[in-house]
Amino acid sequence: MSIVDKIKEGLGDKIIDWYQHASRRIYISIKPSDIKEVAQILFRDLGLRLATASGQDTPVGLEILYHFSFDKTGEIVSVRVIIKDKKKPEIDSLAPLFPAAEWIEREMWEMLGIKFIGHPNLKHLLLIDEWPQEQYPLRHQHES
Amino acid sequence: MSHKVVIPIGPYHPLQEEPEFFRLYVEGEKVVDIDIVIGYNHRGIEELSEHKHFDQVTFLVERICGICSTSHPFAYVNAVEDLAKIQVPERALYIRTIIAEMERIHSHLLWLGLAGHFIGYNTVWMWAWRYREPVLDCFEMITGNRNHYAMMKIGGVRRNIKDEDIPILRKTLDDLVPAVKMFEGAVVDDPVIRARLKGIGILTKQQAIDWCVLGPTARASGLNIDVRRDDPYGAYDRVSWNVIVQAEGDIFAKTVVRILELYESISIIQQCLEKMPKGEIDANVKDIPPGEGIGHVEAPRGECFHYVRSDGTNRPIRHKIRAPSFMNVASNKIAAVGGTISDAAITLAAVDPCYCCTERVIVLDKATHKKILNGWDLIKLSQEKTEQLKKSKGFPA
Repeated sequence: MSIVDKIKEGLGDKIIDWYQHASRRIYISIKPSDIKEVAQILFRDLGLRLATASGQDTPVGLEILYHFSFDKTGEIVSVRVIIKDKKKPEIDSLAPLFPAAEWIEREMWEMLGIKFIGHPNLKHLLLIDEWPQEQYPLRHQHES
Repeated sequence: MSHKVVIPIGPYHPLQEEPEFFRLYVEGEKVVDIDIVIGYNHRGIEELSEHKHFDQVTFLVERICGICSTSHPFAYVNAVEDLAKIQVPERALYIRTIIAEMERIHSHLLWLGLAGHFIGYNTVWMWAWRYREPVLDCFEMITGNRNHYAMMKIGGVRRNIKDEDIPILRKTLDDLVPAVKMFEGAVVDDPVIRARLKGIGILTKQQAIDWCVLGPTARASGLNIDVRRDDPYGAYDRVSWNVIVQAEGDIFAKTVVRILELYESISIIQQCLEKMPKGEIDANVKDIPPGEGIGHVEAPRGECFHYVRSDGTNRPIRHKIRAPSFMNVASNKIAAVGGTISDAAITLAAVDPCYCCTERVIVLDKATHKKILNGWDLIKLSQEKTEQLKKSKGFPA
């Protein structure tokens, strides 16, 4: 059974959308509330590695793409969540599941202002400690 | 803790890549905790990238790092080519591979030299850098630059490798093989280096998985991962080579991985020169369609990851960059804690984060929070330990 089938079976109806861009590039959309469970299945049960996560500010909300990599066959599975509430964006932290997520989430927190619930050490990583609150360098001014 | 001011030692050195600041907490000789502070060299490249057109970004990302300066543009062009489904001419793939492997050779030799210096083997330092020099000369011959080669381009490469340059490159590589043999012998057979590096700074396989470490740091801990083989790009699937894996996870294993990788890199380049076809080197890409793409390459320090999203204009609307040291440096929390201060300098340097990082180390007494040592003291301590080991084994100092 290929890793693609295993992921489809493991995630089941948590998958809202599935898009295969190239033979080794897969994009999956899920609900933000499912992220912890999905990460647990991908990272611990199926043995994928978290390469990084790209946060971005889009007109419809704050989007996070968690790029998981399956190194045995080289697929990159990008799990997409969209947090619609831009005023108070929140999502479960993956850092309690595995420490590699710690720095990745700290970076997204300071650059985009996404709060990671359950993160053990949510403080500035790249910006200075005195950085003004509520100012996030990667937020855009979208026309509404 | 974060509001207590601690003055780092030495001037900030933006010319060296990846400056970090480590605050080591010690009880007597033992390191009990470590604070890692990064961000001194944060230049907002992701944001800058959103304001440049796709071709300019290639040069922008080349400036991220002065040592593995081709890895970022390589990953970036891979990402854009994935986005736009661009077919790159065969010869360009080979040229990209040759440049990337030459970079690995000079980067690994650079690390080997610094590692030698940290443990008091300044001869290793001088010899490693002496053999790095001809590789840089070859870069200058092929690309016109010793360090920022500016070879990558969306859809191909910017310069060809001339036929008359090939014999010189081949000879340089042939001459390098005995030098690598010498280093291998010097490290593997030397009882002092063995005693000095074995069993310190250990990262177990499970820890390597949990911290998602990359490159030689991961492969020295028994993780069999390498982007060049797992998700082939360039011409890596057209040549035969081996992924070097060691099980122990200590500094010795990391050193052995890097030295043995030098042989593989030399062999990859020789095969590429053999097989490289004639022909076009550029696909002449005009427009980038809307969409998203991911490119990753195996940089000398591990996987370098780029994500690019386009909305159909001539600029990316999002460009995410993740360098390998971002993951590797964080794992120092595991590797250094529990060790002794005299091993700290080499442990922190073993993930290959470059010189200035260890220059910014400061050692604090756990009880009083008083500063007791700085970065240079640490290197001296490390070198003294090697001297003692030499004496105890009956070697002349």
